[in-house]
This record gives sequence, structure tokens and C-alpha cells, in this order.
Amino acid sequence: MFEILEKKSLNPTVTLMKINAPRVAKKAEPGQFIILRTDSEGERIPLTIADYDRSAGTVTIIFQIVGGTTEKLNHMNEGDCLHDFVGPLGRATETEGLKKVAVVGGGVGCAIAYPVAKKLHELGVEVHSIVGFRNKDLVILENEFRNASSKFVLMSDDGTAGEKGLVTDALKKLIDSGEKYDRVITIGPLIMMKFVCRLTKEYEIPTVASMNPIMIDGTGMCGGCRLTVGGETKFACVDGPEFDGHLIDFDEAMARGASYREFERKAHEDACNLFKEVK
Amino acid sequence: MPNMSLVKNEMPVQAPDVRNKNFSEVALGYTEEQAIDEAKRCLNCKNKPCVTGCPVQIDIPAFIAKVAEGDFEEAYKIITKSSSLPAVCGRVCPQETQCESKCVRGKKGEPVAIGRLERYVADRHNALAETAVEKPVPNGHKVAVIGSGPSGLACAGDLAKKGYDVTVFEALHLAGGVLSYGIPEFRLPKTIVQKEIEGLKALGVTIETNTVVGKTVSIDELMKYEGFESVFIGSGAGLPRFMKIPGENLNGVYSANEFLTRINLMKAYKPDSATPINAGTKAVIVGGGNVAMDAARCAKRLGADVTIVYRRTENELPARAEEVEHAKEEGINFRFLTNPTEITATEKGWVKGVICQQMELSEPDASGRAKPVPVKDAYFEIEADCVIMSIGTSPNPLIKSTTDGLDTQKWGGIIADENGLTSREGVYAGGDAVTGAATVILAMGAGKKAAAAIDEYIQNK
Repeated sequence: MFEILEKKSLNPTVTLMKINAPRVAKKAEPGQFIILRTDSEGERIPLTIADYDRSAGTVTIIFQIVGGTTEKLNHMNEGDCLHDFVGPLGRATETEGLKKVAVVGGGVGCAIAYPVAKKLHELGVEVHSIVGFRNKDLVILENEFRNASSKFVLMSDDGTAGEKGLVTDALKKLIDSGEKYDRVITIGPLIMMKFVCRLTKEYEIPTVASMNPIMIDGTGMCGGCRLTVGGETKFACVDGPEFDGHLIDFDEAMARGASYREFERKAHEDACNLFKEVK
Repeated sequence: MPNMSLVKNEMPVQAPDVRNKNFSEVALGYTEEQAIDEAKRCLNCKNKPCVTGCPVQIDIPAFIAKVAEGDFEEAYKIITKSSSLPAVCGRVCPQETQCESKCVRGKKGEPVAIGRLERYVADRHNALAETAVEKPVPNGHKVAVIGSGPSGLACAGDLAKKGYDVTVFEALHLAGGVLSYGIPEFRLPKTIVQKEIEGLKALGVTIETNTVVGKTVSIDELMKYEGFESVFIGSGAGLPRFMKIPGENLNGVYSANEFLTRINLMKAYKPDSATPINAGTKAVIVGGGNVAMDAARCAKRLGADVTIVYRRTENELPARAEEVEHAKEEGINFRFLTNPTEITATEKGWVKGVICQQMELSEPDASGRAKPVPVKDAYFEIEADCVIMSIGTSPNPLIKSTTDGLDTQKWGGIIADENGLTSREGVYAGGDAVTGAATVILAMGAGKKAAAAIDEYIQNK
């Protein structure tokens, strides 16, 4: 069993949890993910690793409440145990040979972008972080990003935090001002990553995007997480989750991501109602 | 006097139009009278041809003689001398090509129903009140087993009986491998699988679920830092193949592995399951093996109208005849000499249909079966909102890619000698990870062989 050692609400729909998982903590690297189940009847959901502490044996996850399972997870507290917690899965972010990188995060994707920025920063890479949120209430990890970046740009859709606009606007501005990146790493909603990749393709800047598709086992067994990259089918769980952003078929990924949207909406509603009854 | 009836005692089953709406076991098992009557059909041949057909050489005539006497516990003891999972094998072994194919009674009439008798004996034993298992005396040696499917469980069981401290590492949250995620409840109830696993735990075997060897921990680390003197790799062949045709990534297209895992492991067939499944209203299953039959019968039970498409004819179907028969009885349609070339889409990106090409048979190919070749310009579309690709699996590359010096075949299978020894000292492998997708009993046999070899290796170190 995997105890929740710490729980913190980052914004009304995003929660951070520190989990006791020594075997996972020992091996975890930025860019990798875990799969968890809240209880013995729970579904398996993948979450990217937000942080880890090898000596303490802990792994940090950050999740947005979007469906039944994340709603249930959010109702668990410090001292409770997750039924299952397996990882680290997938490949780690490649950092070799990088000198100057733009990390572009959006929404809860920033939770995954942060450990990547942090690792690059620790390796001595010049990191420019551009993060975007819908409004100021949803901003997460601002200080953490500031500490891990030599340049930090905060964007919001409505202008209530940082500058008003999209992350692509900020990225374009930086590139146009003469910043030369040897890689852009983008993590966030598919639609955002699609446009970041479209922009960087114009400028011919190598770009990787971190994918978070529907998954069951996370070891290459089901193929549910498949996506098309450069005309070839890849499994995000073992071949990724990071891929060459200029080759990903984002439209297909978006369609696949919506496979169970109706089921998920209903499951979320049911879970909410259940917790209301309990109260 | 032996029972000279030319036919087997029939196995009671759920009626087809009842069972195709539920996930309870199809075959209901013999009664005591039927078992004894069937056992009396055995001639107790001196040369025991049936035993030569059994991958683990169960002393079949001996256990059947005990059934005929009504001494079922003794029969159980005889079976378990050679087999680790009798309740499982009695259900899923292809007896018709193994033991029963060698039965003298089969020359004129039907062979003795060896599989059904094995199942009866195992079920009868399992229904008894728990008897305390005597834990073997520990011998102080640690062995790691990777994967808790048939080969891993068999290997772990044999080693534990010899006093080894065995830890089985399982990537999923539940032990059993293909027995848990692959074979459906209606063919192999999961309580039976868990009972076999509980039996191993009672022998002292530790099972660590949620541990992906190659990710969470590597073989080298297990041997170097955790004190395991030998490792058995029974990681199976779990990587699904796709056809690489247009439309395969549309919503509503599953690999059989994903479809079956959602149903069997995640219980998505239950109305209150947290895991979704979508079998649609018209499901097309591509492939003709046992896994295709399982996927088809699951889709049927979820309410879909189901069609299996297969590129050869009924004669070449690789699935067991019994499974094909059951599928047909349950109302599953078959379209032979049919090969998908494209999956078409609705405007919203969901499956709309499967475009197929008519095939015909020509000369035999490398597998010895008649090769299907396309009939020029003969295309047609089958309407579908769910497509399940069941065209085989290959070994998972995770272990190979994280274990130095472990040699594999080009197609990914681990190279091992007849005792399971790999290119790495102390590292053994068996089952589908070595052979590619095969049967439960062959995997079990490989696990047992490797257990004997591991014992010899450690004792002579």
C-alpha cells in the first residue's frame, strides 16, 4: 500500500500529493509517469511524475480533477493509502547536449513541465519557461518555475495573471527577439501543444511534446495509448511519452482522447453525488 | 469391466442463448456419477500413449484409475505431482491435440475425456475445506520470478516446494498474467486462478505486484543488490500486433489485449465498473485464434452483434474446435476468406465500417497452411462501430532492453536452451517470452523445466 504523506491544494481543481513509494522514487526521472488505482475496484490512471525524493522514498503527483477517479483521489487524505502505484514508466526526458531550452507549459501540464525545467536548470542548461493558465486562480508552481528558469513568462487567457495572451504569443515574441533555442519542450493541453509545434516548425526549432493519452497497463500490453508519429503507430507508454512534436498527429490524438468523454463526465458526476451524500 | 461407450460423457453447459448474455462459466463440470462413468472408459493401457501427449507428463491412466475408484483426493495427488495448475489446465488445455489425441479409445469413437476428468478432480479438491499446507523447510537460497502467468507460477511453485525463497514480480496490480487479464471469466473463473495463487503463497512464495522489471527494478539489480541467485523470466508475449491499415487508430478500434484486459482484469463488463468499455452495436473481430474467439464472445455478451473475419477458411482456423463451436452456438457470425484493408470513419472520428478484400486459397505457405491471396478488385464493406484486432502478440522488449547480455531472436523472443538457460549465467526463461504466443500448458511445462535447472544450478554453485 502506498501512503499519502502530504496533500496540498494548488488551485480549486488541481491537487498535489506526496506518495510513499520507495521503489518508484529510486528510479524516477523527469518525463516519466506512474499508474495508480485508488481502491481495489478502481480504474488504472496514468499521471506524470511531478517530483521525487530518492532518500525519502517519495514521489509527488499533481492532478486535475476531471473524472470519477481523480474526484475520488481528491477525497483521499494524508494517512490514506493508494491501493496501487506502479512506475516509473515510459522514457525519461532527453537532456543530453542541450544548452538553451524553452519549456512551454499549459494548465495542469505545468506540473509535468516543472520537473523537466528543474532538471535542465540543475544541469546548467539555460531555461526559459513560458507557462499559461486560463486565469490567476488557476496558476500553479509560479515560484518553483521562477527558481528553475533564467527567464520566466506567465501568460493568462484573461490577463488576470502575467500578460494577456497565449503561450504561443510569448514564445513567438522571444524567438523573434533573437533568442536561439536548441529545443522547445511543451507539455499541456493537446490543442496548445499542437499550436506550439506548428509555430516551432516554422522556425525549425526541434520540439518535443509530452503526450498523456488513455492508458491501461502502461507497459506496452494494450496499445490503447497508441498515436501516429511521422506516419507510424507508436505506444506512448513505452515509446514515449515524449515525441517529436513536428511529427505527431495531434488531431488523431485529440479524437482518441475524447473516446470515453461521456462515460468520464457521468463517472465524475456520480462520484460528486456520492461524496455529497456522504456529507 | 470398462465402459465401452464410443462417446464421451457430455459436459453439462449453460444454454447458448442464456450464456451469451452473462459472464458466468459456460461449462458446468461433471457430476460425480459422470466422472466415474467416464473414468471407466479408460483402458489403462500399459504403454500410456496419452502421457506422451501431455507437455508435463501427468500419469493420466493412474489418476483416472483413482477417479474410477472414487478416490478423488488420491487422483488429485497424482495430477499435482506433474502439474501446478490442474483446475486451470483442465479448462484451457487443447486436449484434443495433446493427451486425448493419443488415446486408444479415440481410434474408434471418442477418446476418454481426460481434460474434463482433470477439471473434475481439481474442482472437487478445491471445494474441500482448506487443509493446512506444510511449508517446506527453507534452504536459504533466493530466486526471483518475473511475471505471474502460467510459466512463472509453475516455476515458483516447484522451487518453493524445494525450500527456495521465491519472489514473483508482477507488473500489473493482480497476479495471474494471461489467466487474469486475457482468458475470460466464462472460460476460466478468476476465483480459480486466485485460488491457485493463494496455494503458492501458502507454500511461502512472495508475490510483489505493481513491479515492472526493467523499469521499477532491473534483473541486474535484483541479482546484485537484492540477493537473488537466479532469475526466471516468464514475462510472456504481451505486445499486441496491428495490421498497419488505414483507420486503425480510430475511436472504437481495440487490440484484443486491450479489449480483454478492460473486461477481465478491470471488470468493465460490470455495470458499476470504474473502467469504460465500448463493444458497440456491431463488432468486427479480426483473426481466427482462441483470443479472437474470446474477444468475440465477450463482445457478444456486452450486447453487440458480432462478426469474426478471417483471411483463410474454417479449416485453417487456429482456434480450438470447441471454442469455434461455442462461438457459433452463441450466435457469432463468421466471414471467411475475408481480409480487412481499411477501417472507415464517421465524421466524429469513430469507426463506421471495415473495408475487406475477398481472398482465395493458394499453395501452402511456410506455416504449412494454404496461403490466402487477394481476389483482384473484390472489395466490400462490413458495417461496424467497434473493431477488435486479434492477429497475435509478440514478446515485450522491456526486459531485453534493460538486461545486459540477454540474447533474443530477431522477433524479440528470448533465446534459451531446452532447460530455459539464457545467454546470461543464472538467468532462465520460458513460456511465451521464449516461444512466442503458445498455450498455458506449454508455458507451465517450460516453467517446471527451468525450476529443475535452477535448482541444479544453485545446488552445484
